[in-house]
Amino acid sequence: MNNTLAKQDKWLLLGFALAVLAGPLLLKPFGAGYPDLLQKFCIFGIFAIGYNILFGLTGYLSFGHAAFLGIGSYTAVWSFKLLTMNVVPAIILSIALTALFALVIGYLCLRRSGIYFSILTLAFAQMAYNLAYSVLTPITNGETGLQLIKEDPRSVDKWFGVAVADGIPSTNFFGISMVGYSGFYFCAVLLILSFYISIRITRSPFGLMLKAVKSNQNRLKYTGINTRSYALTAFVISGCYAGLAGAMLAVTDPLAGADRMHWSASGEVVLMTILGGVGTLLGPVIGAGVIKYLENIFSSFNEQILNSVFSFLPDAIQHPVVKLLGLFVGEGWELTLGVLFLILIVFVPGGLMQGVQSLQRRVLKGPSKPASSTTQGAH
Amino acid sequence: MAALEVSGLKKSFGGLKALNDVNLTVQFGTVHAIIGPNGAGKSTLLNAFVGRLIPDAGKVVFDGISLVGLPPHKINQAGVVRVFQTPEIFGELSLLDNVLIPAFSHRDGDFRFNGWSHAAEQAAVHDVAKRMLEDVGLYSKRQMLANSLSRGDKRRLELAMCLAQEPKLLLLDEPTAGMSRADTNSTIDLLQRLGDGKVTKIIIEHDMHVVFSLAEKISVMAQGAIIAEGAPDTIKGDARVQEAYLGGAHL
Repeated sequence: MNNTLAKQDKWLLLGFALAVLAGPLLLKPFGAGYPDLLQKFCIFGIFAIGYNILFGLTGYLSFGHAAFLGIGSYTAVWSFKLLTMNVVPAIILSIALTALFALVIGYLCLRRSGIYFSILTLAFAQMAYNLAYSVLTPITNGETGLQLIKEDPRSVDKWFGVAVADGIPSTNFFGISMVGYSGFYFCAVLLILSFYISIRITRSPFGLMLKAVKSNQNRLKYTGINTRSYALTAFVISGCYAGLAGAMLAVTDPLAGADRMHWSASGEVVLMTILGGVGTLLGPVIGAGVIKYLENIFSSFNEQILNSVFSFLPDAIQHPVVKLLGLFVGEGWELTLGVLFLILIVFVPGGLMQGVQSLQRRVLKGPSKPASSTTQGAH
Repeated sequence: MAALEVSGLKKSFGGLKALNDVNLTVQFGTVHAIIGPNGAGKSTLLNAFVGRLIPDAGKVVFDGISLVGLPPHKINQAGVVRVFQTPEIFGELSLLDNVLIPAFSHRDGDFRFNGWSHAAEQAAVHDVAKRMLEDVGLYSKRQMLANSLSRGDKRRLELAMCLAQEPKLLLLDEPTAGMSRADTNSTIDLLQRLGDGKVTKIIIEHDMHVVFSLAEKISVMAQGAIIAEGAPDTIKGDARVQEAYLGGAHL
């Protein structure tokens, strides 16, 4: 049984890697085959995978993970400004700094569990958000957001005598520019790596302990386990993932604003994870993809497009229909997300992954094997 | 040799003296039963042993270590393992995982970041888990989720989990409650077989059949204090015990 499980994971990883790398081709028919959006899929996929290590495995619902996303972005932009436009130091520094913040915030928040933990994390994230807008303006550049300028020191780049072209240089990976498809493939490789690490963690004895924290923390304490240390480690790991995602946002678009730390951004990653399937391996990535895709589609619609779609209707009907649907697109696209979320939670509370599995079962019509392999994949 | 020494243990909840100066010595490798009417303070006593509650006064010394004030996981790592009155298991995990967790805890201690190794490929730990599940007759159900078990099976699973830690002192809080007669007997067998006189066991039980099958020594609790102590035969004949516990009925 041991080997088959590991083999399954290898296939899962291989399939995942192929699907991600072939993303530009696979998503072209859906109008999502361009680098900007694909990069977003990858970055928020990383964010959600990391979030799932905390929320999916230990059950601790953090409402403040966007703070780590923001810290990652700011760190990366500062690295571009002060050191080099190479993305490697930016990413390493971002992860290191978010790990530090996650350690402190996690240590304090994990003194409580359940709703109190969630509220504490929310409070910390809001604090970070407000600090970024006010006191920390010298570091964050407040409302304008932190941006690159031509006069930035970039001392390491100067040291190595990297030629400065006119205007602001673009971020690069040892000379490979991080715009367009090369940027996407860089994100894709990191997403696959992140996914691989999350498989390893989920299947490890450490991951088993995290699942035990979720299932029965009390029993685990009386089984000789320091549950808080395990939860804190998971918190820091997921914080690092968020820091990486934040850095990648800055890599693909080198600016950082405080709105990245807003509580609604923390809420978004919760939605992604739940939409895809909490505690499953693939779910969070799929959830992140679906939400970012829908955001892209529905926020680009406007009344003109709706009018042309419904032009076949008589004017008397067309008008109210367009008025009504207009609420759900453009600025109001989150309304669509809300409706979708509502439907999903009512009918498939386990998220998209559960939906797919129950469909599979219905198609195969065979009774599911007890606590079996793929279906319980992430358990 | 004394494995566990309890002296002057006191705990009050408001005006209620749940533990009123409890003194108890449990010899190494023996099975020691604590009986008494409901509300006598038996479970409170176990709670004080495992760190679930901190006594107002008194000492609990196990194996030379003072247990009072230690967090539960440290007490457990010292070798004191408890089976709860209502089964405490990992309901959403498979039976195998349920037993693997304590086996890993026994091997790795209270924290170890082994996030890179594969849990399913740790042969030694799996052997322990397999043996424990076989001992309680649940190995064939190892892939089921623990929540789907019957109450009696849950109790046996919890017992297997506790045994997977190779405890030095096993605290059993009514281990056979809710079991059929046949399951009760097989649990008695298992507890007798277990540990070869190396594991000290304290058992709280209402079922006199279980108590007299297992116990080498019996302490009787009433109103937070131990009112009688002795070998099973002595206890059976003790007038105070019959008065306090059995309401004058004869065993």
